[in-house]
Amino acid sequence: MIPTALTALLSHWRCNGLQFFAMIAGLALATALWSGVQAINAEARASYDAAAATLGEGQFDQLLPRTGDVIDQSTYIELRRAGWQVSPVLEGRLRTEAGSVRLVGLDPLTAPGTIAPVGMQEDANFDDFLTRGVLFAASDVAESLAATVTQRVIVDPSIAPGVALSDIGVAQTLLSAERTLSRLIIASAQPIGLPALSEVAPSLVRQPAQDTGADRLTDSFHLNLTAFGLLSFAVGIFIVHGTISLAFEQRRSMVRTLRALGVPINLLIAMMISELIAFALIAGGIGVAIGYVIAAALLPNVAATLQGLYGASVAGTLELRPEWWLSGMAIAVLGTGLAAAGALWKIAQMPLLASARPRAWAVASGGTAWRLGAIAALLFVVGIGIAIWGQGLTLAFALLACVLIGAALILPLVLHGAVGFANQRARAAMWQWFWADTRQQVPGMSLALMALLLATAANVGVSTMVSSFRVTFVDFLDQRLAPELFIRVEDEALSLELEAILLTQAREVLPLLSTETEIAGVPTDLFGVRVGPTYRENWLFLEETPNVWDRVEDGRAVVVSEQLARRADLWTGDRLVIAPNLMLPIAAIVADYGNPLGQALISEAVFHELYPDLVPMSFGVRSDDPTALRDRLTTEYGVPETAITDQSRIKAFSLGVFERTFTVTGALNILTLAVAAFAILMSLLTLASIRVPQLAPAWALGLTRRKLGQLELIRAVVLAMVTTLLAIPLGLMLAWVLLSYVNVEAFGWKLPMYLFPGHYALLTLFALLAAAFAALWPAIRLARTPPSNLLKVFANDR
Amino acid sequence: MIARALLLILWLPVQAAAQGFAGLGTDADGFAVPTPNPVFDFPKDHGAHPDYRIEWWYLTANLTGPDGTAYGIQWTLFRSALAPETREGWSDPQVWFAHAAVTTPDSHLVAERIARGGIGQAGVTVEPFAVWIDDWQMAGPSFDEVRLTARGQAFAYDLGLQAKGPLVFHGEGGFSVKSAQGQASYYYSQPFYEVTGTLTLPTGDVAVTGSAWLDREWSSQPLADTQSGWDWFSLSFDSGDKLMGFLLREDDSMSFSSATWIAPDGTTTAYPDGAFTAKPMTWHKVAGREVPTEWAVQLRDKGIDVTVTALNPDAWMAVSIPYWEGPVTVQGSHNGRGYLELTGYE
Repeated sequence: MIPTALTALLSHWRCNGLQFFAMIAGLALATALWSGVQAINAEARASYDAAAATLGEGQFDQLLPRTGDVIDQSTYIELRRAGWQVSPVLEGRLRTEAGSVRLVGLDPLTAPGTIAPVGMQEDANFDDFLTRGVLFAASDVAESLAATVTQRVIVDPSIAPGVALSDIGVAQTLLSAERTLSRLIIASAQPIGLPALSEVAPSLVRQPAQDTGADRLTDSFHLNLTAFGLLSFAVGIFIVHGTISLAFEQRRSMVRTLRALGVPINLLIAMMISELIAFALIAGGIGVAIGYVIAAALLPNVAATLQGLYGASVAGTLELRPEWWLSGMAIAVLGTGLAAAGALWKIAQMPLLASARPRAWAVASGGTAWRLGAIAALLFVVGIGIAIWGQGLTLAFALLACVLIGAALILPLVLHGAVGFANQRARAAMWQWFWADTRQQVPGMSLALMALLLATAANVGVSTMVSSFRVTFVDFLDQRLAPELFIRVEDEALSLELEAILLTQAREVLPLLSTETEIAGVPTDLFGVRVGPTYRENWLFLEETPNVWDRVEDGRAVVVSEQLARRADLWTGDRLVIAPNLMLPIAAIVADYGNPLGQALISEAVFHELYPDLVPMSFGVRSDDPTALRDRLTTEYGVPETAITDQSRIKAFSLGVFERTFTVTGALNILTLAVAAFAILMSLLTLASIRVPQLAPAWALGLTRRKLGQLELIRAVVLAMVTTLLAIPLGLMLAWVLLSYVNVEAFGWKLPMYLFPGHYALLTLFALLAAAFAALWPAIRLARTPPSNLLKVFANDR
Repeated sequence: MIARALLLILWLPVQAAAQGFAGLGTDADGFAVPTPNPVFDFPKDHGAHPDYRIEWWYLTANLTGPDGTAYGIQWTLFRSALAPETREGWSDPQVWFAHAAVTTPDSHLVAERIARGGIGQAGVTVEPFAVWIDDWQMAGPSFDEVRLTARGQAFAYDLGLQAKGPLVFHGEGGFSVKSAQGQASYYYSQPFYEVTGTLTLPTGDVAVTGSAWLDREWSSQPLADTQSGWDWFSLSFDSGDKLMGFLLREDDSMSFSSATWIAPDGTTTAYPDGAFTAKPMTWHKVAGREVPTEWAVQLRDKGIDVTVTALNPDAWMAVSIPYWEGPVTVQGSHNGRGYLELTGYE
């Protein structure tokens, strides 16, 4: 009996090849979406980490010479022999015919983990690097070097412009700096019981790691990406659900017949479950493979650029990871299970002698839509409750779930309402029929439309979140890294001298005057700033009063960070006690993502009055040609190479990395829409055969098949339009919850949200195009239905 | 992570030809190769042999605290040469790395160091005797009287070692054969160190006493390329006798064994392949792999039929090339304690 019943069950797929294809393809696409997002997610994380690592060139504390710019190698050995885990770096200028190159020598044996990535080609191994001398540089530098040095030069695009990297020994030889070093990197993990640095190396001064705040921003971005990973999972489940339910509906008559022939219902269900699991695994496998191909196509240079130092592979390199396979298979099986549970339950409940007509008819009444709407309303109420009274990250995600599922469930009701409204306004008989017929179709298409809703909402949300993040990050970089060069002095006596030189050379010189103090009971960094174009043009405020910088410059106001303002419970206009005899009004609040210390900015003059003995130990310098300025400073004025940080380079590199991620996000938008379009195509194809009896009378009354096809297309676009219009506010709400709620719960500060109407218009257009494209084939098929098929309806009429 | 990848390459000086555990089965081209009937020259041979590819100073100690708690420590300095020569400065092809560990019945703390030769960060001197990398060192007026120090993020030790017996030579007078194809190393030990000193643990300082066993070995291709790892035992029986035995596992699940019986006065009996047997009794899951941490060990000729059990089965050396190494207790025909090293378990 089992083989016979199984043959009967499987024969359904043989007879409905298209449906079989639709089911496998739908499952595979949903899985592909999921695994593709996972890949993109991983890549985005790796890119941001790389950007953060480069930004934090000073992510480790460093030891620098107290005077001069040279450390004797014996000092390094003494520190190591005392137990200190430090790693040597030598930097210097190497003259080539095409100009000078900054050569950086490292010791790979002692360097802490995450120094800038260097690709190790297959034909260069560690042995070469260490003992024979190999240099790494970007292609232009490599070319000019090759003519100058005898060592082999390997082209590595990940190395910063104008820089070559080599082993420390090679650098010493090339720079004629035997037994000398420029600085020492202090590893973050140190053994217990070390002697004090001042005892072992009194000639060195410890420079703390520079904290740009970038890592805190990227933490937040990672969390948001994770949330969107989950969302793509939800979209996938909806699509799988749609596919399976529709497929099952068509087999109801066969199930009835088989049962009537004596096959026990339990056996039937068991067979259907096994069948489904087999399909899910096959489709899941295909899906993971497609997802991998998509990811590989979207991220062409990942593998090439994200190779770690000397060939060690780093996280983010595109690999077919077990977790992708597993999670991809899991979503296929889980989605199938979720979808099939309902369908199987209905089949199990189906009375033996019930009419085998597909249920699409039965649910055509508005009852189901109302029931779903009621559940949606309940979810919204819960969501509002969470938004008002809830706290914590888990509840924040619960809020997201309520909003999303609620919106999906209320969709049929909204569609009913919209179509009903249109119906009332319609005057012509044909349009009245069109709207009534559309309403008839809503239940059959609602799952596909829910998928479209979630996909579009996800796209709106992703775009808003990513773009808001980009705007914030770029602003933050502009603000913090505005000066192209940063120059440090080690000796107070040299400060004035350096400032005098800089003033003759640079467009704008910004002395960095700061001290740690306590303001309003909050530990705070107090800065004395030289107000100029840099501050006026680059600083963005969360909250400001008129003429902020004028008032700061005149010593009549102070700018404070969000943290200081919140903890002191003060806002713009309030007066803040800066020092015992100085009280200034707050002119503006500035964002300072996650910095545990407060920040307050007053004018340079006021600062000097408060702290007459403090001199600036570093200067920000504005210049149109930082490279030339840097060269002049080092060659003509003898400013040590190590004292200069090229921020424009760091900034350009980080922005480049971001751009790549944004391209990838754009591709993700198109991918999600494609999957949703597929869901629409499938439901339309499934509905097409059922609908012939409904269309036949309209045809008989004189509507041409061509006209019927056109109406079919219009219908799909109208339904998609309503869905998309609902999706935009949903997507914005999603982004808002993530930026303003989840982020606050996770990190304690808000990411500002920016709106991009042009982008949403484009997304709407894409969604409509996707729906129209999906409806095109069913419409053409309809337009070409042989009249005999339509006539048969009347012949069969009972 | 990067350091780990680097080390992997370090271990595999000839990457393409890398075979066996940690590349120890690679070709010896250019490097000197051990030959039978060695004549040792002390104290010179306590120092480095840069014309051989690899070499180690491998010390393990079984220690006891004031309350009778058993401890174990390991201190190992490896020398791995990229070329059979030495040079002044950073271009020296001699690379040094070291592992230190403290094992207690419920914890195992590990640290690792890497350095280049030629600049003074790591190396060996013979008179006075000193072997060092960074601040870890084994140094004293002579090889027989040394002070041993090491520290990591969570532990440190400072131990005094005094040799109470002669050097012991394995195989044929220190020529230790490692495979049926004839791969071999120079191998001698000082198993008679008495130890007193202090362990610094996260819970505080512990005064300890006990015994230590130092292995000196150098070679250029100690393993046949079909050998995937080894199980090495150093056992000290309550009778005062000692036993060094090892199995070199072949890819086809055969193994090559060798052993040295050491009488209390230091006289030795060397045993060829097959005399010493060790069979795993209990496998323990550690760091995602199964490792045999209880063994049935036999040496029929001396009536040895004992069970060797790890003091702490989680004594996993989570270093660049990870392996298992920890103190053991011995029970059966003879009682005692010792050390066990297990490599090549994937």
